[in-house]
Amino acid sequence: MMTDPVQPLAIALSRCGKTFADGTRALEPLDLEIKAGETVVFLGPSGCGKTTTLRIIAGLEDPDAGGRVLFDGVDVTAQPIEQRNVGMVFQSYALFPNMTVAENIGYGLRVRRAKKPAIAARVDEMLGMMRIEPLADRRIDQLSGGQRQRVALARALAVRPRALLLDEPLTALDAKLRDALRLEIDELLRRLGITAIYVTHDQAEAMALGDRIAVMDHGKMAQIGPPREIYRRPATRFVADFIGTMNRISGVARGGVFVTDAGAVPWLEAPPGTTEALFRPEDVTVVDEGQAHLKGSVVAAFFLGDRTRLFVKVDANKPLVVETDARRDYAHGETVGLRIDPRGLMAL
Amino acid sequence: MKKRAVLFWAQLGFTLMVCAFLIVPVVLSMLAGVTVNYQNGLESGLTLRWIGEVWAGYRQTIFLSIGISLVCLAVTLVLGVPAAYVLAKRQNAMTRAIEELLVMPVAVPGLATALALIVTYGGAGGFRTSWTFILVGHVLFTLPFMVRSVLAVLSAIDLKTLEESASSLGAGFGQRFFQIVLPNCRGGILAGSLMVVTLSMGEFNMTWLLHTPLTKTLPVGLADAYASLRLEIGSAYTLVFFVMIVPLLLAMQAMSRPRKSKTAKADIGEE
Repeated sequence: MMTDPVQPLAIALSRCGKTFADGTRALEPLDLEIKAGETVVFLGPSGCGKTTTLRIIAGLEDPDAGGRVLFDGVDVTAQPIEQRNVGMVFQSYALFPNMTVAENIGYGLRVRRAKKPAIAARVDEMLGMMRIEPLADRRIDQLSGGQRQRVALARALAVRPRALLLDEPLTALDAKLRDALRLEIDELLRRLGITAIYVTHDQAEAMALGDRIAVMDHGKMAQIGPPREIYRRPATRFVADFIGTMNRISGVARGGVFVTDAGAVPWLEAPPGTTEALFRPEDVTVVDEGQAHLKGSVVAAFFLGDRTRLFVKVDANKPLVVETDARRDYAHGETVGLRIDPRGLMAL
Repeated sequence: MKKRAVLFWAQLGFTLMVCAFLIVPVVLSMLAGVTVNYQNGLESGLTLRWIGEVWAGYRQTIFLSIGISLVCLAVTLVLGVPAAYVLAKRQNAMTRAIEELLVMPVAVPGLATALALIVTYGGAGGFRTSWTFILVGHVLFTLPFMVRSVLAVLSAIDLKTLEESASSLGAGFGQRFFQIVLPNCRGGILAGSLMVVTLSMGEFNMTWLLHTPLTKTLPVGLADAYASLRLEIGSAYTLVFFVMIVPLLLAMQAMSRPRKSKTAKADIGEE
């Protein structure tokens, strides 16, 4: 296993924006501090600026004038990527087809003119760490997707980088393999204690891996925080809708109660002037109409095995998504009662 | 079943006929080169006399052709591979225009290119009479083939990401170019080289105008021999040409074949 301690790197971005040659604004000027050893996930839909931010940190893109990238407080903005000593893992893996697995992993050390025995020893260590020893002499075109991703990780880590930058590393894999590798990457990052930046559009990946998640939208950072905070206290509508499932219902907050067309929900802490309440499916229970806060009619029901997901129409908005573990069928048009946990209510 | 067999034999027969149509003249020509008297046919006996005469009279043309084609290859490699690299990396209106213009020397008749060269540089005495004058024509004509075949390979691989990942591992431009870019367009370079050598070796149109009596290439000498000497000598010349070029081409073909994989298909690590 890997014995050498990596000195984790603190990364800071100061006013880093990016405008492309054709005038497209990929990234609004951005400030960001990443603590040493932290895993930060950039999450957002395609074109939100997450990959551009990663590439600015890596040194593959220059920020617009005025932007600065700091590694441990040292300005590295002018340094090309080959001098920054950051490990990168690409969505397409970008393994060198002209080299074997072992040669790929050893390439960074070869470039640094390390001695052959030292390279061989490090390559063996990496093969062991990623549990791919039998693949050492394979050619890249003989590897499966999951194997390629392991080789790409081993290659990036072999040079003892100051930080690991991962650009949608699991997107090209099928769902089952993605889960397995996500777990592996999580273990790896914790064990190495390396500063890592992980770009993805998959919120489950972001939740699982990130110490903090930076949600990006249209070239801006919409919110940054620990996964629970992002989920429980979204700062914008975009974050609320992008992460998980969010229900919304219109009404008026009046005397500790949120009054809607479908019924009233107790909500003591409702901010004054609130006209819309947001809540997650897990904060709703399906109950008898007598105990219900809200009433609505079922427009769709999906049996998921351990539970049933219901789409309940309560007003002119989108149907609410609720889940129940009741052992019964729900008919289309059936009226159901909903009880909402007041702790789950949010306003924006 | 039976019907399929009939179809198979019909196709085989047709293929063999087409092959024969193409190969028989070559074989006859080569036979003529070792026949004592072609008018009297093979009964007149076989001889190496004509080959000897070709060797005595024309071996300079053979060496010149081999020399020019190899130097031409070197020049197209040095000019063409970096050119293809730049064209592959910078995809914009200008590089696309250059890509199109590159075909011009192939589309324009060789005679026209040769005339243009003579009109422009004909006055430069030393240059006009040296073999490098022919070389220039050959480079003009063959460079597009090198650029195109390398470019085709470079466009098929994700060059940008490969280079980015190499640079993230600390590789500077030189290391990336020689350790990543060149090895990964090996197939294109070899295919291009094969084209360049073959085309340069056999080029006649342009060379016919560019050559001087002291700078005759093999095809020019061949035309000369057919025009002014016995048919047997011309045919012997063809024979010599084949003997020289076929091993060369076979060697280059063998080199450009993709490398065999060392082990069987992946089987672990996917649980």
